[in-house]
Amino acid sequence: MYPQWLYVPLVPTTPDSMLPLPPSTFHILVAVADDDRHGYAIIQDIATRTGGELKLSAGTLYRSIQRMLEQGLIVETHERPAPELDDERRRYYRITPFGTAVAKAEARRLAQLVKMARARGLAPERS
Amino acid sequence: MRAYRALLHLYPASFRAEYGAEMCAMFARRRRAISGPLAVVALWAETCGEVVFNAAAGHWDILRQDLRYTARTLRRAWGFALTAIAIVALGVGANTAAFSVTDFVLLRPLPFPESERLVKLWQRAGDYARTELSPANYRDWKRLSTSFEQMGAFTPIAANLVGQTEPQRIEGAAVTADLLPALGAVPALGRLFTAADDREGAPGTLLVSHRFWQAAYAGDARVLGRHVTLDDQQYVIIGVMPRGFQFPTRAADIWRTTRFGEQDFESRTDTYLQAVGRLKPGVSIAQARAEMEVVAAQLARQYPKENEHIGATVIGLRDELPRQSRLLLLALTGAALCVLLIACANLASLLLARALGRRQELAVRTALGAGRERLVRQLATESLTIAILGGALGVAVAVAVVPLLARLVPSALPIAQTPSVDLRVLTFAGLLTALTGVAFGMVPILRGGGEADLGGLREGMRAGGGRKERLRSALVVAEVMASVVLLVASGLLIRALWSIQAIDPGFRADGVVTVRTALPWPKYESTAKRETFYTNVLANVRTLPGVSSAAYATSLPMVWRGGIWTVGLDGMPPDRREDRSVSLRFVTPGFFATLGIPVHAGRDVSESDTFDAQFAAVVSESFGRRFWPGRSSLGRRFQVARRDRVVVGVVGDIRVRGLEQDSEPQVYLPYKQVPDASLIGYTPKDLVIKTSTPPENLVPAIRSIVRQADVQQPISNVRTLAEIVDMETASRSVQVRVLGAFAAIAFLLAGIGIHGLLSFAVSQRTSEFGVRIALGAQRGDIVSMVLRQGALLAAAGIVPGIVLAYAAGRAMEALLAGVKPTDGVTFLSATGLCLVMTVAGSLLPALRALWIDPVRAIRAQ
Repeated sequence: MYPQWLYVPLVPTTPDSMLPLPPSTFHILVAVADDDRHGYAIIQDIATRTGGELKLSAGTLYRSIQRMLEQGLIVETHERPAPELDDERRRYYRITPFGTAVAKAEARRLAQLVKMARARGLAPERS
Repeated sequence: MRAYRALLHLYPASFRAEYGAEMCAMFARRRRAISGPLAVVALWAETCGEVVFNAAAGHWDILRQDLRYTARTLRRAWGFALTAIAIVALGVGANTAAFSVTDFVLLRPLPFPESERLVKLWQRAGDYARTELSPANYRDWKRLSTSFEQMGAFTPIAANLVGQTEPQRIEGAAVTADLLPALGAVPALGRLFTAADDREGAPGTLLVSHRFWQAAYAGDARVLGRHVTLDDQQYVIIGVMPRGFQFPTRAADIWRTTRFGEQDFESRTDTYLQAVGRLKPGVSIAQARAEMEVVAAQLARQYPKENEHIGATVIGLRDELPRQSRLLLLALTGAALCVLLIACANLASLLLARALGRRQELAVRTALGAGRERLVRQLATESLTIAILGGALGVAVAVAVVPLLARLVPSALPIAQTPSVDLRVLTFAGLLTALTGVAFGMVPILRGGGEADLGGLREGMRAGGGRKERLRSALVVAEVMASVVLLVASGLLIRALWSIQAIDPGFRADGVVTVRTALPWPKYESTAKRETFYTNVLANVRTLPGVSSAAYATSLPMVWRGGIWTVGLDGMPPDRREDRSVSLRFVTPGFFATLGIPVHAGRDVSESDTFDAQFAAVVSESFGRRFWPGRSSLGRRFQVARRDRVVVGVVGDIRVRGLEQDSEPQVYLPYKQVPDASLIGYTPKDLVIKTSTPPENLVPAIRSIVRQADVQQPISNVRTLAEIVDMETASRSVQVRVLGAFAAIAFLLAGIGIHGLLSFAVSQRTSEFGVRIALGAQRGDIVSMVLRQGALLAAAGIVPGIVLAYAAGRAMEALLAGVKPTDGVTFLSATGLCLVMTVAGSLLPALRALWIDPVRAIRAQ
């Protein structure tokens, strides 16, 4: 594991200061929230969850990942899966505690928005 | 797959290295999942778009990051940043300013269509390569030549404009109908002249300049058809020339036709036309010149009496530029390049020192995984940012300075007075900035940034490899060299300026005010009528408070350099025409007293020298020396201006042709001794007044005196004689000031360079010095070590600098007005200054070495 100081940005940042998140960033955080994933798995997870509506391109994915690494939202993990499932070219990414906090804050923000819209009849009632 | 890998090269290298393999794998998987040509095409189209977009975004991300980082580091090292920006600004500013003038005068095409095909034609007479043509010779040249598509001629004119408000003197040209079409001119309003306008007896037609149209008619389109009175003759305005059309000079406001009649073609020796030709496509100037020589030779055979010694000179319109102006500008450009060289050397040296100082930071970043490419890129962003900021500041400096250089634009070219900083000049400035930033900013990066190894992390490392210090030494040597060249060049020019300013013009300019009242013909054809005017005006002017004397003369010295006549002498061999040239002026009594020209023998011209009396002449000393060496000139006879004259006075010589040129001997004739309607060009028109009153206080009185004498007579060209003499050296003074400023900048930069290098060296060797002192070395030895290093650098720069300076001096010898390019005083002073600069630059570092505390220096290790 990298020491904490390497992925904590130099300027101290609070989760709220990162909001609103770009949609791709939020989706990637959600994709790695429960499990370490490699790039292609992230694309597939997002595509599945959105019913094929959002298909990230490789370039967009890795640019987001690069930025998220710098922002300390995710880290690259060196724990590898069982060798028969592994491809050594792959890199696996794991959400950081800070990433979790940011994802939660973004989810809260989105829920707040939906709630406001619902109060004015702009969104369907919770079923 | 190879195609995709190639496509990935669009991404920043660090990104590609990090994610390239995975992206390839991902693309391979997608490629395998599809089949059919349509699907493949769709995949590729999508991929290409995606890669281009994301790669651009990736580069932009990095740039933003680097710019943020640059802003942070430059803020932290603001001393370094400001110095570096100032250095670039000086280099770019000096060169942009110099280029804008040089380009404007030497490179840019003249403002006429296909101006490279335009040539000027002159008669070559004896020693004079460029004299005007007679109408008869012009007509024959035009008829006999085949090299030209079109040919036209003109003569500059000035005329009194009456009927508006205050009578006004305006300048312009009398042109043949084919001149303006030959130039490719198109009127902004109305039409150009036709052959019918240029016939003898045709009604007067006039074209006016855009400026005149705006000033006199407020840009009213109904100006066409308006009547104007010029020198008592009626003209109708038929057209307005476009803005920026300036021919033959920028002062031209009106153009009328020559309307030659048969009598104008009678004399081949009455020369006053300048001819302009447009070469046929494909005909070179050399071909045209060869043809015109043949034509001139043919005319010389046909009219041996008048044309025997007449050849033809054909030169490009732009090459009208005096050689001196050209040299002046080239010297300026050379000096600016020297400043740029020094600025670049200083910048490189500064960046090198900084790169060395930052080795530790770079090593840390390398250790943390920053690739070499990212580091280089970061450093490049930094030096480019400095270059761009400096370049922008430099352009601002140039914009401010260029108007001051307007004096360097010679009036001989039909172009505007002041060059402008336009797109062309800005492009040049941009290229310079890029060159400075990339070439000199990258060198230290490539040499320093790439070597940031882990050695940089070691405690107490001894940074600064010998190689880099050698590079910096070389840069400092180059700076010293260039500043020696600049110091010597400006020193030589200053000496030249002083020696010209020390030349005695032969007259006393101080306290002399000059005013022009050019009397129009035919109104003043009669000598008696002119005499009345002069007598009236002079009598009244002499009564003005503060005026001690006043007189009229054909023209002022250094203003009109023409008026050259060949004198006839009994017993002189007839074939030595060129030796008998004199400069001729008609004057009223009091001219010599007003200008302080000493009368050495005999008398001034007098009111009793009337047309009925004996025809008299006052000559200058050199006239006597040339024609009657060793004997008195008084009472001797010669022929000039179509009469026999007797010498009644001998006066001191004056510099008619200007301070730097040799003048012909001068002959002054009494203003009354000229037949009516004869010698129009010699009509006295310049009023000279010796006064203790400043000119601006005098002008209203003069204006009303002239109005009393003739209500329609304008006055013009009010200036002091001192201003006229100053104009002689004006462009030189500007140039000396510019070069001096360049030399001062260079001097300063080189001093900073030496100081920076030695300070750095001392700081690097602090512990070594400490050890030496601890081991018993005398402090004096340490100081002399530092000073010796400075002296070595200076010597290494001064020696080749002197050689180059000598070469530069030789190249501009024509500008030096007799000062030798080996001028000892200049070389010694320049060398001395460089030594002083070296000592000054070395002083602080040496003192720092002197104050080293050996205990602390060693403990710090």
